[in-house]
This record gives sequence, structure tokens and C-alpha cells, in this order.
Amino acid sequence: MEPIVVAKNLTKSYTKGLRALDNVSLTVNQGKVLVVMGPSGSGKSTLIRTFNGLETFDKGELSILGIKVDSTHDERKIQKIRRRVGMVFQQFNLFPHLSILENITLAPVHVQKRRQIEAEEYGMYLLSQMGIDSHAKKYPSQLSGGEQQRVAIARALALKPKLLLFDEPTSALDPERITEVLDAMRRLAEQGMTMIVVTHEIGFAKDVSDQVLFMDSGKVIEKSPPNIFFSNARHERSRKFLNQLDKH
Amino acid sequence: MNINQRIFLQFGICIIIFGLIGILINNLTINLVRTGLGFNFSWLFKPASFALAEHPLPYTSSDSYVWALFIGWLNSLKVIFSSLILATFLGTLIGFARTGKNSLLGLISAGYITIIRQTPLLLQLMFWYFVGFLGLKDNMFIQIKNIFNISNQGIEFSGLTFSSEFLALLLGLSIFTSAYIAEVIRGGILSVSRGQWEAFRSLGLSERQGLIRIVIPQALPAIIPGLTSQYLNLAKNSTLAIAVGYSDIYAINDTIINQTGRSIECFIILLVSFLILNLLITNTMEIINRLILKSRKYS
Ligand SMILES: Nc1ncnc2c1ncn2[C@@H]1O[C@H](COP(=O)(O)OP(=O)(O)O)[C@@H](O)[C@H]1O
Ligand SMILES: [Mg+2]
Repeated sequence: MEPIVVAKNLTKSYTKGLRALDNVSLTVNQGKVLVVMGPSGSGKSTLIRTFNGLETFDKGELSILGIKVDSTHDERKIQKIRRRVGMVFQQFNLFPHLSILENITLAPVHVQKRRQIEAEEYGMYLLSQMGIDSHAKKYPSQLSGGEQQRVAIARALALKPKLLLFDEPTSALDPERITEVLDAMRRLAEQGMTMIVVTHEIGFAKDVSDQVLFMDSGKVIEKSPPNIFFSNARHERSRKFLNQLDKH
Repeated sequence: MNINQRIFLQFGICIIIFGLIGILINNLTINLVRTGLGFNFSWLFKPASFALAEHPLPYTSSDSYVWALFIGWLNSLKVIFSSLILATFLGTLIGFARTGKNSLLGLISAGYITIIRQTPLLLQLMFWYFVGFLGLKDNMFIQIKNIFNISNQGIEFSGLTFSSEFLALLLGLSIFTSAYIAEVIRGGILSVSRGQWEAFRSLGLSERQGLIRIVIPQALPAIIPGLTSQYLNLAKNSTLAIAVGYSDIYAINDTIINQTGRSIECFIILLVSFLILNLLITNTMEIINRLILKSRKYS
């Protein structure tokens, strides 16, 4: 079976001489959950943003759902990928001028050209899956952070994606709101969704992930199953990072 | 500052303002006495006895001054509103080009904005009039099957004629204002956070769809106030019509002052004309602004 994500030697610099990505290679298979960890500025966001074309890269090869992209950033291919890959951001990035349901039906109606009724029905189903269907007519500013992030997940699911990308989805939330979002993500993993999650939530990584990728200075330092990574990390750098996380 | 001091200050300011108004009225009376004309508006109904090259409604030199002034006001309206539409169209295009992904278009529009904003409007008007239109020879007009005519007389288009004075003013005002509108549009677009762009892109929306459905609706509240002040500037700048010989309200007022010496009455008429015009613009924009805010059900 074709892997969902294959990256080979991805390299990228925003500023000359400073590598945000340095020869990053990885594979994610269907139905697997990859957690990406690493200190701030290590290139985690840059990495997952190349997977849906929000960032370009300078060198290397990338194949998403069998669609191959290179450093030339072919718009047509990127569009094709974006229709099959959902993304959830740290700051939610809901559209403030659209209602919750409109946020969710926007892409199905205008990208996939589905009928409005059909999109709304499926949107309501997704909202009920996230436990927030009672908010459908409200606007994002009327919802709590945890609710907004669950809307963002429903919005990402509306195109029925084959891969979901999460960039620190709980970092902007109050501690008591984190669980509701992580629980929604757990359920998605149980349903077999392929996910790449940048997060520092150790509990989630231990329970849900199949692999943990640890990055530093744009390099992949180690890629291990969670039971090994959290109890017996292979690299000194990973152990140091985990120690610091524990102290918080 | 305590309450007594504040009352004292306000009292002082009132005295100064009333004093200034008093001096103004005094000067006015002295001037009126000197001209020996007295202050009245009955002369408005006497024949103007000057010709107008451009009149949207019927006008002959035997018509009254008040009719001539009204024609001037219509001419002003005509050039202001057509410039307003053209400037908005051009400014929006350039504003988007300036913020867009295409770096060549971005560079060209940045150059356009700089050049237009760094040269005086009067100079630009003169350029369009003398170089743009009068530069054309009258026998060397471009003609397409009698439908479209362009010469130093202006443009004739399927029966409609536009004088070279009107066109020079239209072009000059529109291009000048478009550079400022482009900056207003750019500011509005930049006020929408990067996260919004990333969100619509990651949903597979095209740049055009994202602009129309996500960016512009959020940028409008930031754009409308800037746009209003550019429209007001445009209206005021239209009085430079006199430089290219277009008969706007200001130019006709000027002619009447020269003929009748009724400078004070004429200035009052001019003041009121522009007050009405600018209130019209401000209120229309205020209504548009309110409609936008009302359609924005979020805070
Ligand atoms: N748009 C950008 N322009 C310039 N440098 C950037 C940009 N985005 C990220 N970087 C740099 O790239 C490196 C990796 O950043 P990022 O991928 O955001 O790291 P992380 O998500 O792990 O915190 C950092 O050194 C950061 O400063
Ligand atoms: Mg990051």
C-alpha cells in the first residue's frame, strides 16, 4: 500500500545559512499517527506546513497521497493536495465573519462544488461528532477556545481528508479546555484517520501515536515508538528535552 | 485640572472665538460699504451674459446667474462622480497588484504610487490637458467607423461627446486619487491576519475565492473610512478644473466675481455648494459603512 506521506531529504532555509529543515526524511503510512516534538524554532511548523504547500522547500522530494511535489511548487498539484489534506492551527484561524456552520460548509460548497443542503447536513453531522452542534448558528467570537478549536477540526474534516495536520492545537487553550480537544483527536485516531500532530502533550503522544519524531535545529534527531521515546529515548538531546518538559 | 479651572478655560476660549467672529463681521461690513453694493442675492436672477462651453442642461448666455451656477454645480458633480468611480476602480486594481504575489506587478504598482504621489496634482492636470489632449492635432484624430473619435476636441463615442477639458480633469483626478486609494486598499488587506490567508489556502480555496470570501469582507471596515477621506479630497481637488478651463462651480463663481464684484455672496454660495456635496459623500459612505457593520454579526 502506498504511504500517505513520503519525504526525502527535505531542506529549506528562510535566511541564508540557517536551515529550518535540514535533510528531513520520513514516511507516514495509512491510519498512523505521527507526533512531532522539539524545542521552539526547531522546524516543526515548517515541516508540516510543507505537507500542504503552505511552505515551499529548496531541496528534496515529497509525495503526499501519491502526488509528487518538488521545489518548483506546482500550484495545480498543491491545490489537489489541499483538497485531500486538512489542517488545524494553534490559533484556530476560524473566519470571524462567518457563522460556525458557514465556516464548515465554505470549502465543500466552493471547492468541491457540493450542494449547500448536502454540505450543511454533513457539517451538522461533524459538529455533533465534536459535541458542538448547538452552536451552529453562532459566530466564532461567541465560543470558548476549546469550542473554536473543535469547530476548526470539523472544518478540516469537511472535505473528507485522507490526512490531518495539527500544529500545536492545544497550545493556545486554557488547561481545562485542552482535554476536550485532545479527546476529539483521540476519537479521530480510533476511527483510523492518518494524522501528523505537533504537540507537547505527552499523555496524548503515549496513548495515541505510533511514532514520535524528535526535531532540533531543522534535523530529525530521532524517530521512535512512544514507549521507547518516553522511557528510554535513544539520544541525549531527546532526553534533555523530555526532562525540561517534565519540569513544567 | 479642577472644575473651576476648566470652566474658566472654556469661558476664555469662548471669548476668543466670539472676538474673532466679531472682527470678521466688522471687516465684512467695511468691505461691503466700500464696494457700495450692499449684501443681497437679488442679482442672481439677472442674465449671466456669458457663454458656457459645457452644460448638461440647456443654457444660453441670457439665462440667469443662478442657472449658470447650477450648471456649474452639475458640471462639478459630473466630473467628481465619474472620477470617483474610475479612481476607485484603478485604485483597487493597483492596491491588489501591490499586495499580490506577482513581484513584477508589485514593483510596477509601487512605482506608480510613488510617482503619482510625489508630483503636484496641478502639474498632472496640465500634463493630461496639454500633452494628452491638446497635443493631438485636430486633423489627426483617431477614428473608428464614426463610432469612436479622439482628437484635440475630446472624445466622441456613439453620439456622446466628452470635451478634452472634462477628460483631462477626469484622467488627472482619477489617476491622482487612485494612488491614494491603492494605499488605503493595501492597508485594509494587510489588516487581515496571515492566519486567515493560511486557513483559506489550506482548505483548497483559490487566491481569488479567498480574497472575495475571506479577505475583502474583513478588510472593508478598515478601508471605508480611508476611502471616504480620499473621496472628500477628490471633491475638493476638483476645483483645479479652472486650470484646464473646465466650467465647474468654482470656475463659474470666479467668472461671476469678476463680472459683478459680488465676492462675498459668491464665496458663501461656493461654501454651501461644497458643504452640500461633501455631506452627500460623507453620508453615503456612512450608510455603506453601517450596512457593512450590520452585516457583520460578530464583534
Ligand atoms: N516566515 C519565516 N521567515 C523567516 N524565518 C522563519 C519563518 N518561519 C520560521 N522561521 C524560522 O525557521 C525556524 C523554524 O521555525 P518553525 O518551523 O516555526 O519552528 P517551530 O514550529 O518548531 O517552533 C526558526 O528559526 C524560525 O525563526
Ligand atoms: Mg511552531
